[in-house]
Amino acid sequence: MALDRETVARIARLARIAVPEEELDGLTGELARILEWIDQLQEVDTEEVEPMRRVMDITPHLRADEVTDGDCREAILKNAPKRFDGYFVVPKVVE
Amino acid sequence: MSGRELVELTLAEARRRLAAREISARQLVEAHLEAMARHRALNAFVTETPDRALEMAAESDRRLAAGEARPLEGIPLAVKDLFCTADVRTTAGSRILHDFVPPYESTVTRRLWEAGAVLLGKTNLDEFAMGSANVTSWFGPVVNPWTPPGEEPGRVPGGSSGGSAAAVAARLCLGATGTDTGGSIRQPAAFCGIVGLKPTYGRCSRWGIVAFASSLDQAGPMARTVEDCAILLETMAGYDPRDSTSADVPVEPWSRRLDAGIRGLRVGVPREYRIDGMPEAVERLWAAGADWLRARGAEVVEISLPHTPYALPTYYIVAPAEASSNLARYDGMRFGLRVEGRDLTETYMKTRGEGFGREVRRRILIGTYALSAGYYDAYYLKAQKVRRKIADDFRAAFETVDAVLTPAAPGAAFRIGERMDDPVAMYLNDVFTVPASLAGLPAIAVPAGLDGEGLPLGLQVIGRPWDETTVLRVAHALEEAADFRARPPRLVEDGA
Repeated sequence: MALDRETVARIARLARIAVPEEELDGLTGELARILEWIDQLQEVDTEEVEPMRRVMDITPHLRADEVTDGDCREAILKNAPKRFDGYFVVPKVVE
Repeated sequence: MSGRELVELTLAEARRRLAAREISARQLVEAHLEAMARHRALNAFVTETPDRALEMAAESDRRLAAGEARPLEGIPLAVKDLFCTADVRTTAGSRILHDFVPPYESTVTRRLWEAGAVLLGKTNLDEFAMGSANVTSWFGPVVNPWTPPGEEPGRVPGGSSGGSAAAVAARLCLGATGTDTGGSIRQPAAFCGIVGLKPTYGRCSRWGIVAFASSLDQAGPMARTVEDCAILLETMAGYDPRDSTSADVPVEPWSRRLDAGIRGLRVGVPREYRIDGMPEAVERLWAAGADWLRARGAEVVEISLPHTPYALPTYYIVAPAEASSNLARYDGMRFGLRVEGRDLTETYMKTRGEGFGREVRRRILIGTYALSAGYYDAYYLKAQKVRRKIADDFRAAFETVDAVLTPAAPGAAFRIGERMDDPVAMYLNDVFTVPASLAGLPAIAVPAGLDGEGLPLGLQVIGRPWDETTVLRVAHALEEAADFRARPPRLVEDGA
């Protein structure tokens, strides 16, 4: 599966990471090399193999459906890059 | 005792002397704060917390005097800067979190403070724990306290828990916390000549640890002896309702079970770990490890873990995929760095483009690609299936053996700056540690000897799920046989 410059630009946009134009070629080469190395996985016969979706076979406890947390506005806002009047301030989303 | 003698104590010995009131927590903590100040050039700490340490020590001394000592009363520890610590900056080694001050405490560190341990500071690490050399930190590389004779300091400490490993090796703390996703406790422990344990997945709560790859991340202790690691694990481990993958299994008195010996145990040596280009010193040490176990009554047999060669590429799909999802939260809106753009999307892109370093960006992109439409089955699903086969290899092996012995890393510490231009070459550092991570198994690195240049090498013991008891016992047998007493030459010169 060849990786080209346009695909990398598209993925970077999906991941919301700005990649400067001049770094795009170098990055494409690096990612292509990593993916080429990863492609050896295709040699493994995984017909009939269940994907491993959980690591340890444990049954998680269910807890009672009760409110156990909250009333911590100041803690939540403490690290906000911008705040006003008890709210996060974010860039305008709706035109 | 002088400060320079105090920092030489093991955690177990310090605990005994504190309890006997031969030394005070204040003396012990001050000795370590002085050592930290002497060795700032190692860059092992991102944040030092001397005021808090002295306050905690005062409380410990009060309790020791009142006969109310808790299990780790007055023991000075360093904490990897990936564990959230209430009101103490927690950076994950990243620019994007460079000024983040958590309002809450991770479960593992909370348990340590509730047991009386003292926080000395937060240790440097690869950014978001992504790295094997501690060279990707926004706060600069960590220097390994070990340097070959005649060479300028500048070997890597391994990663990602490189600051913790260097701090323990340089006698800046009695023990430290680390986290291990693909080897991030064990590989730096091996590079720095200390002991590092990655417990079974689910043994220690992940709550409050900055997430990298949630199906792999596991906290564990790093210290200078197997016993010290066992003591720390007894406090760090335990069920936590705030982590849905935390296991409700009993915490055991591991430190009191080390001396039971290994007579009659069967230990497997996997033939697939004999890789091309492995340095002779590593191969020799591995063979010596097998001989030491045999001499103590264990039976050592060759085993096969056939899917081992596929572990690293599997890891480099699974871990980046989970990272791309976990790191989506760093958007510059609620906490962390924000770099303003013309609109919301540009603000996201600039924030993340400038906030994340090169390796983190690279892994997020790999992960995003592996999870994107049209590639999910070929990469992510395929990797999850191969991961199952790797776990099944271990399951089959553990039907005939009680533990597995391997080298901890394919070589000794290299110089800062090496292997930087080829990501895959850097990834190969974790070739021996990643398989146990994928299978969720407990595994430990024990220092066992020096290579030709005088740098430490470690052996790894892997065990069955939840069988930390056997892992620690075999590690203890190796530790006794290896009788590893070498110490970083720089510290010898410093007279530390």
